[in-house]
Amino acid sequence: MDNETKRAIIMEHYMHPKNRMRKDNASYTKVNTRNASCIDNLDIYIKFNGDLIEDITFEGEACAISISATSIMIENLIGKTTKEALDYIHNFYQMTENNTYDANILREGNAYQDIYKQGNRKTCATLPFRGLEKAILEHK
Amino acid sequence: MNREDFPLLKQDIIYFDNGATTLKPQCVIDKMTDYYSNYSANAHRGDYDLSFKVDQEYENARETVKNFINAKYLEEIVFTPGSTEGLNMIVNGFFANLLEAGDEVLITTSEHASNVLPWFRLVNKLGIKVNYIPLDDNYYVTLENVKKSITSNTKVISLAGITNVIGDVRPIKQIAALAHENNIFLVCDGAQMVPHMPVDVTDLDVDFLVFSGHKLCGPTGIGVLYGKKELLENLEPPILGGGMNESFDNPQEIYLKPLPMRLEAGTQNIAGVLGLKAAIDYLNKIGMSKINDYEKELRKYLVDKLIRIKHIDIINLESDSGILTFNVNNVFSQDVAYYLNKYNICVRAGNHCAKILKSSVGVTSTVRVSLYFYNTYEEIDNLVELLSNYDKIIKEMI
Repeated sequence: MDNETKRAIIMEHYMHPKNRMRKDNASYTKVNTRNASCIDNLDIYIKFNGDLIEDITFEGEACAISISATSIMIENLIGKTTKEALDYIHNFYQMTENNTYDANILREGNAYQDIYKQGNRKTCATLPFRGLEKAILEHK
Repeated sequence: MNREDFPLLKQDIIYFDNGATTLKPQCVIDKMTDYYSNYSANAHRGDYDLSFKVDQEYENARETVKNFINAKYLEEIVFTPGSTEGLNMIVNGFFANLLEAGDEVLITTSEHASNVLPWFRLVNKLGIKVNYIPLDDNYYVTLENVKKSITSNTKVISLAGITNVIGDVRPIKQIAALAHENNIFLVCDGAQMVPHMPVDVTDLDVDFLVFSGHKLCGPTGIGVLYGKKELLENLEPPILGGGMNESFDNPQEIYLKPLPMRLEAGTQNIAGVLGLKAAIDYLNKIGMSKINDYEKELRKYLVDKLIRIKHIDIINLESDSGILTFNVNNVFSQDVAYYLNKYNICVRAGNHCAKILKSSVGVTSTVRVSLYFYNTYEEIDNLVELLSNYDKIIKEMI
């Protein structure tokens, strides 16, 4: 993925994030995720149906990297099983650590493949995934 | 000014985060290295020359601090790890033993977490109340609003001398006078004030003052708690152990050392104390009034330029310190900070540890530029040029 494409994906998801809405509906599990060293602070709402992730939404305030990563996460993981989601999350983490990962799984998530070079933004990109991961593990 | 004294400034960096911590001049680094290299014995211990030298320098540092803030007595100067620690000592060691359920403490929504959370603990433990002095349209504390907030239950007013987000200089002397007329204690968080202007505790007549060394060109991990002698006598030592006791045989017979040693248990941060003295000597040589005047000029220069940029919203237009807080329209503060970082400009984004301020200001996060005397007009020109190009910010913020 070239730099212009990466930039375009991130900006598009930042300017027009998917499913940015609060869900007070009891069928949604809410998880808060925030960074200790900065001010990113997101609530993620997940609707589980057994082992299936039926819906994900979010609200909160965060930087361009966190918001866009959240949107990309939502777009890629709705309709997936929790196992598939954890696999995606694992590969995303691997990418941000500059370890071997499966690029085919991540799709648009590959837009952050250089983020490992910016230590202070790595936590921004992984923020929504840490939230979702926690919710899935608690759901199990 | 004095840029040549700071080794870090030899790097291609523009440092505008002086509210968080300040850079260290070579003389401070040298002093600490000298201690560690040449006479790193403990204080108040041995009968040998090295330790005697440490003793003398340690107590000389106390004298320097006493003169720096014009305290009356040496016993009123207690070395602490920093302002946070100092405020916790005041709240937990003094006020926790004095206040009762229903007593009121006045603070504001723009206080730093360390002047909020210790009081919240007393709310939960003792049933005291924390009330907020309303801020005016500029987010200032006015004497009038302090007056209105005082009730017959008010026992303490605890305020920053200068706040770390708004940068407003509070009328501490007048507030202290008003407090004392009403038998109220005045605690002053001097973390953002003492490094930037002349401070005279005797003239201000504050009951307690804290500040940190690292925010005034000194080392991290060292700060000062000032308290009026008669009050410090009643501050329960938070830490017990070596260095603070005279003798003890059993739980009923414990004899503590006099002030200030009673409040400095354990081996102290000696290198920090000596570094702090070197920093204060250094600032004194420049002159605190000169530092204050220069920072204000610098800030005015910055404001005059930023105010002309349409996409910038300045939060604290009027403030009289070196702190300027703003937002770029529709850009999250952290993204602005990352953008500037690409050009080696260090600014702070966030809520700056004043988490309840957002309810007053209406925005949850801001970009903060906090100046010190080594910043220059040219550095501000650089910053302004980068901030004036909105398309560039959007293009380069990720």
